[in-house]
Amino acid sequence: MTDQRLLLLSPDDNVFVLRGAIEAGETVALEIGEATLPARLGMGHKIAREAISPGDKIVKYGAPIGTATAEIAPGAHVHVHNVKSDHTPTYALAETSQEVPR
Amino acid sequence: MKGYVRSDGRKGIRNLVAVAYLVECAHHVAREIVALQREQAHLIGFPGCFPNAYAQQMMERLCTHPNVGGVVLVSLGCESFDRHALAETIRATGRPMETLVIQRDGGTRATIEAGHAAVARIAAEIADAPMVPLEISELVVGTVCGGSDGTSGISGNPAVGRCFDQLVEAGAACIFEETGELIGCEGIMAARAATPELAEEIRAAVDKAAAYYATLGFGSFAAGNAEGGLTTIEEKSLGAYAKSGQSQISGLIKPGDIPPKGGLYLMDVVPDGEVRFGFPNISDNAEIVEMMASGAHMTLFVTGRGSVVGSALAPVIKIAANPHMYERLRDDMDINAGRIITEGASIDEVGREILDLVARVASGERTRSEELGHTEFILTYKSFEPIGPACLPV
Repeated sequence: MTDQRLLLLSPDDNVFVLRGAIEAGETVALEIGEATLPARLGMGHKIAREAISPGDKIVKYGAPIGTATAEIAPGAHVHVHNVKSDHTPTYALAETSQEVPR
Repeated sequence: MKGYVRSDGRKGIRNLVAVAYLVECAHHVAREIVALQREQAHLIGFPGCFPNAYAQQMMERLCTHPNVGGVVLVSLGCESFDRHALAETIRATGRPMETLVIQRDGGTRATIEAGHAAVARIAAEIADAPMVPLEISELVVGTVCGGSDGTSGISGNPAVGRCFDQLVEAGAACIFEETGELIGCEGIMAARAATPELAEEIRAAVDKAAAYYATLGFGSFAAGNAEGGLTTIEEKSLGAYAKSGQSQISGLIKPGDIPPKGGLYLMDVVPDGEVRFGFPNISDNAEIVEMMASGAHMTLFVTGRGSVVGSALAPVIKIAANPHMYERLRDDMDINAGRIITEGASIDEVGREILDLVARVASGERTRSEELGHTEFILTYKSFEPIGPACLPV
């Protein structure tokens, strides 16, 4: 039984989607164990369901949404800093890409 | 439900006077004409002075939209827009219309006064337009998402998809769009096409969008999308794709093509040929306008971050995907699909709620954006080739 705060959209996914904000220091229960979040993450953000290696596809909705560019530990934030699009580059303002407003 | 029957057999769910400026130089005068009669008259227009076949066709379609009962055209006088051809198209439908030409009619003040009189006269003439029974199967409903975040794809968009499935089942025509926002979904979309030939057309349309956005240097992805948790264009695409539901895809249309029968249609909004006029659609309302030009009576607009827009001519139903945003912007939102995230509401339940509202809005109930007076409109330059023969259902 995984954490009710985490939403798994498809059984094939290697990421969970946050149903609500989770504060820094809080622990989440993954299928493979627990992980502690180093920073607050907002609703809709993704964390790794399992260990992900550079070059691995990130899978959400049962479909690839990009490729990992770094090692991603279980429970770690999966976002623009460790994923690149397989199509067109993501354009994000540097000063806002890390913010996670409610 | 009842609708206003038009000479081409289509039925309107509103009975408005469209006031259309034919170049930016006539915008102020047209806006002042509408200002006194905002309940009856909606402002639309094209700002460009150089001629453009797409803009001409879009304006013809919009001025003869089933929600439009009559039209006032506002020309400066020296612009390239073919006001005579537009007027002829409108007159041929039997709609009352009048053309005002600022340079001929005495300048700003005189034209505004003439416009007030024209709107009042046309509004009075169409006030008793006959209403006839309107079936769900006669509706054309579009969908867009704007100000998306990580919630759009997990609550609002799947709920609209469920509503679309039921509308298509009932025989309505439903339109989803922005091939540039469907990059990465071409394979699964093609598998839903009614024919193998249509599947190829769908793949080609998405390939075209990918090449077009690659030339521009980035996709349809704004900074706010990343703040909300979306990482890549293909992630956003899959979330956007959920709006289309599960029905078979009946056809591929371009802006201004009117669905020949019920079913689910993908609208290809990316111009043909090399990149000429910049971004395909510079903001959400450009997409709404194109679906209206294809006959959409109303638009289902899913928003996560909280767009507040409505539209001229056709009501917009705003579906909040993000429950926190819903609490902040409740006045602007018609549906709280965020309940799927916070209250465990099912996607089916919210889909039915949207369907009920579609029927009520078609019967005349005003949406939040209508109540708030939103009548956004934008139309810019584009160029398209006609769709191929495999694109429409037989």
